[in-house]
Amino acid sequence: MYWIVIVVCLVIGVLVGSKLPIMSYVFTKYMSIAVLAALDSVFGGIRAYMEDSFDTVVFITGFVVNTLLAAGLAYLGDLLRVELYLAAVVVFGVRIFQNLAIIRRYLLKKY
Amino acid sequence: MRVKGAQVSIAAVCLIVGIMFAVQYKTTGFYKQSLVPKRIEDLSSQLNTLMAERDAVEAMVNTKNQQLEDIRNSDKVMADLQKELQAVNMAGGLYPVEGAGISITIGGGQVNIQSEENKNGSIEDQNDLLLLVNDLRASRAEAIAVNDQRITAMSEIRWTGTMMTINGKRISPPYKILAIGDPNTLESGMSLVGGNLYTLKFSRQIDFRKVDNIKLPAFNGPIRMVYGKPVK
Repeated sequence: MYWIVIVVCLVIGVLVGSKLPIMSYVFTKYMSIAVLAALDSVFGGIRAYMEDSFDTVVFITGFVVNTLLAAGLAYLGDLLRVELYLAAVVVFGVRIFQNLAIIRRYLLKKY
Repeated sequence: MRVKGAQVSIAAVCLIVGIMFAVQYKTTGFYKQSLVPKRIEDLSSQLNTLMAERDAVEAMVNTKNQQLEDIRNSDKVMADLQKELQAVNMAGGLYPVEGAGISITIGGGQVNIQSEENKNGSIEDQNDLLLLVNDLRASRAEAIAVNDQRITAMSEIRWTGTMMTINGKRISPPYKILAIGDPNTLESGMSLVGGNLYTLKFSRQIDFRKVDNIKLPAFNGPIRMVYGKPVK
């Protein structure tokens, strides 16, 4: 049931986003990191939901703070001329895969 | 109850993620399409080839002029015409000339040099240079050059919005104006109280000096006379 809700919301979001004006080129790098962080939060949330340890406050704050922190870290890296955004990409990438793996196992156990 | 809150928050976050996703996708797609860096590279390489081409053509003009002069020198019958031609060419700016005169160097002003867009000049620079050249002419200068560009009867001094050009060539600050003529006449003509140079001293660094011998380059562009014909 909630899978449908998630997919529908994603589709609505994409539709709304495609109507929005494009950003300045400067922000694309930070936006990509932010998207990655947001995706990580979503998968983490779904995982916690399936584990029955979901906490709305933790989820929402995690989403907002992670997203801003990831973009901010990438910006800080640019200021220091260190490719800090790579760290964010690696961390969030690994976490997304881990969360996906755990979700997959839960689903397998369930059905 | 707890499950419902979870679903709502996950749904809301998914909505935001969807929006971010779409905006990011659109933006990267747009900039990939417009190929910003590639275009700059293209333009700069184009500029390089055109500049090389221009230099080659300029060299060709110089050799042709040399040849022409050689022919004229060998022709003894043209000797008196030669003299007249020389005078006319000097007046027209087609020969390099040397002699006594003055030099005016206009450095950066405190206001102008600061901002990035005024680094190559400005519309005010154009007007100042035009006024000063006009004053020099009024003070009986025989030959004038600004930053090694000889001022001829057809020379323009123009701010194009991104750069200053004289004779179609780019020049940039500081401006060095050289004029050949009677140094005393030129000095008194230029240093009138309330005159253009006097006024300019308030905003720019001006270095004015009389010189015994300066050399002005020749105008090295093509002479176009397409529409004008001598009256019979």
